[in-house]
Amino acid sequence: MEYTTVIKPKNKLFEVDLKEIWQYRDLFSMFVKRDIITQYKQTILGPTWFFIQPALTTIMYMVVFGGIAKIPTDGLPQPMFYLAGIVCWQYFADCLNKTSNTFTVNQGIFGKVYFPRLIVPMSVIASNLMRMGIQLLLFIVVYIYYLIIGVQVAPNVYVLLLPLLVIMLAGLSLGFGIIISSMTTKYRDLTILFSFIVQLWMYATPIIYPLSTMSPEKQWIMAINPVTSIVETFRYGTMGVGTFSWGMLAYSFGFMVVLLVIGIVVFNKVQRSFMDTV
Amino acid sequence: MTAIEFNNISKQYRLGLVSTQTLSHDLNRWWKMNVQGKEDPYLKIGEVNDRAHKGVSDYVWALKDINFKVEQGDVLGIIGKNGAGKSTLLKILSKVTAPTTGTIKARGRIASLLEVGTGFHPEMTGRENIYLNGAIMGMTKAEITRKLDEIVDFSGVERYIDTPVKRYSSGMTVRLGFAIAAHLDPEILVVDEVLAVGDAEFQKKAIGKMQDVSKGEGRTVLFVSHNMGSVGDLCNNAIILSNGLISNRGNVKEIIDLYLSSVNNIELSRTWNDIECAPGNNIIKIKRVCSVDSQKKPVLYSLTSEKIGIYIEYEVLKNTSYFTHGINVYTTSDLHLLSSHDNNVYQNDSIIEKGVYKTVVWIPSNLLQSGDYLVSFAFMRYNPFNVLLTTDNLLRIQIVDTKKSLSRPENVNEYIPGLIRPKLLWDERIIINQ
Repeated sequence: MEYTTVIKPKNKLFEVDLKEIWQYRDLFSMFVKRDIITQYKQTILGPTWFFIQPALTTIMYMVVFGGIAKIPTDGLPQPMFYLAGIVCWQYFADCLNKTSNTFTVNQGIFGKVYFPRLIVPMSVIASNLMRMGIQLLLFIVVYIYYLIIGVQVAPNVYVLLLPLLVIMLAGLSLGFGIIISSMTTKYRDLTILFSFIVQLWMYATPIIYPLSTMSPEKQWIMAINPVTSIVETFRYGTMGVGTFSWGMLAYSFGFMVVLLVIGIVVFNKVQRSFMDTV
Repeated sequence: MTAIEFNNISKQYRLGLVSTQTLSHDLNRWWKMNVQGKEDPYLKIGEVNDRAHKGVSDYVWALKDINFKVEQGDVLGIIGKNGAGKSTLLKILSKVTAPTTGTIKARGRIASLLEVGTGFHPEMTGRENIYLNGAIMGMTKAEITRKLDEIVDFSGVERYIDTPVKRYSSGMTVRLGFAIAAHLDPEILVVDEVLAVGDAEFQKKAIGKMQDVSKGEGRTVLFVSHNMGSVGDLCNNAIILSNGLISNRGNVKEIIDLYLSSVNNIELSRTWNDIECAPGNNIIKIKRVCSVDSQKKPVLYSLTSEKIGIYIEYEVLKNTSYFTHGINVYTTSDLHLLSSHDNNVYQNDSIIEKGVYKTVVWIPSNLLQSGDYLVSFAFMRYNPFNVLLTTDNLLRIQIVDTKKSLSRPENVNEYIPGLIRPKLLWDERIIINQ
């Protein structure tokens, strides 16, 4: 019989064992299931919270940004405009926050048993997808309400890009998340820095304001943020209002691919020895 | 056939806090290795890992050049003091952390039981946790479903299987965790002291299961424990790790005996040649303490069935008025077990002259429980009462169960529990009513 397991000091840079991840696919689904069923155990309202959170946030934005600051909403009813942004951003931010502490939160398990560590952040991305789906339903309900009362909105062909947009949000948050979690095993400063960067990041993304309020040159600066084009495309596809550019979207996609590759390489390197530094 | 092969496995750790120094060391290392093409500057200054002594380097070798092979079907015990590198070795083997140098090659699936119930989620039911924990350990869903009944049965928590695990007692959690692990069916099983928990019935069951795994099914087991009893029961071979090196390997019986005597060596007999360093004051200096057998020969350990002598040799530095000696015996958990003073003579006006003296105090046979004890010494006068000298615990004595020390005990369970184990006198039974 041949040796089936070989344990070496260091992996090669691009040695990512995808086959191994596939072998652990049952663990992946188990983690997703765990995250979903344990999230609202022993709460009275249960999964209703999935609706309450975005609904309250939307009302809050309507009061502060729409009412007090009077920021325009591309001519859309405020609830629709904000909710569209919140659905996208919330998914991105949730995934990012939860994957960025993969190592520190899971050190108990990671210190005791081996499985491909990448399973953990991947399962976070997947379990949050359900939450996003439910929030998307809320968005559709609000959408239908406004159609009934006669607001002129219509989706266009770009709505078909929706699955791609979700994949891009997932990929970006996974990429950033695993890079940050890899770096925070040694230097905890990043955790502090990072939690507030995410807060500021939202304001650099057209969530509470439309990109169209800016001049075309400034729009390109805004589009350096890879989330910008995703949010704008989402609004454009679903409601026909906003800024859409294939160029910006392609940039975001390319950004995501590069980020993911770097992320996986870094994560893979750190996972071998993080127990000594965490 | 070789199941596992360790080749030059070493593991280096950095001592102290991971701090701002870390970044500068990291940068220095990166600069030396990648820009100047030199060796890792911090790797070569590592030194032998002896936790009791302060070293000069911030880096230590938790393991250094570990080379050995484990044959298929072997049950190998790994013993050693705290910090000897046992857990590090298992962590490397279970891929939790990577070695600094060297490789390990193994045939077949390795399952590690560094802790049972890893990843249990308190809010999920026992059944859900079986699936979750099984998957973490590398089982597929289908495999778990096939073995579910067996696992539930083995754990003995069938009644609670649909109750969240947070409502379980700690013993039940361990039972469930071990039951899952026991049904992993790996070719190589790595176990770290998980048997220290759970009640006696379950421990027996767990050991039995591990014996089945190794003997009946020809699987390889690596077992780390401080409990020489369970190592002796379970393993056929053993290695001693000491300061990150394999100091001995061989048959389990020999290794355990060797280990027990080496542990005792530390404080088993102590001699102070330099009077400056010896414990004492300007009147009395202790020169030597050790335990002796009935022939007053120094011994490494005593049997429960023999009397134990504690030998004290001291120097009186100047003529002084009469004093007596005393000892205090503590258990290793710092329980003050007994105190004995040589107070036969309460009043004595004689003078003790300058010189070296020796004495022995005898602890009767069949009194102390088997185990380690620490002894401190005192010198005092009784008329009027004053204490000349009290010492810290200077000596460790070890008492070994007579049964266990004999070749191979037939029934290991004949352990007599209790803090002490005196042989008491029982009257003959008399019938009082018919």
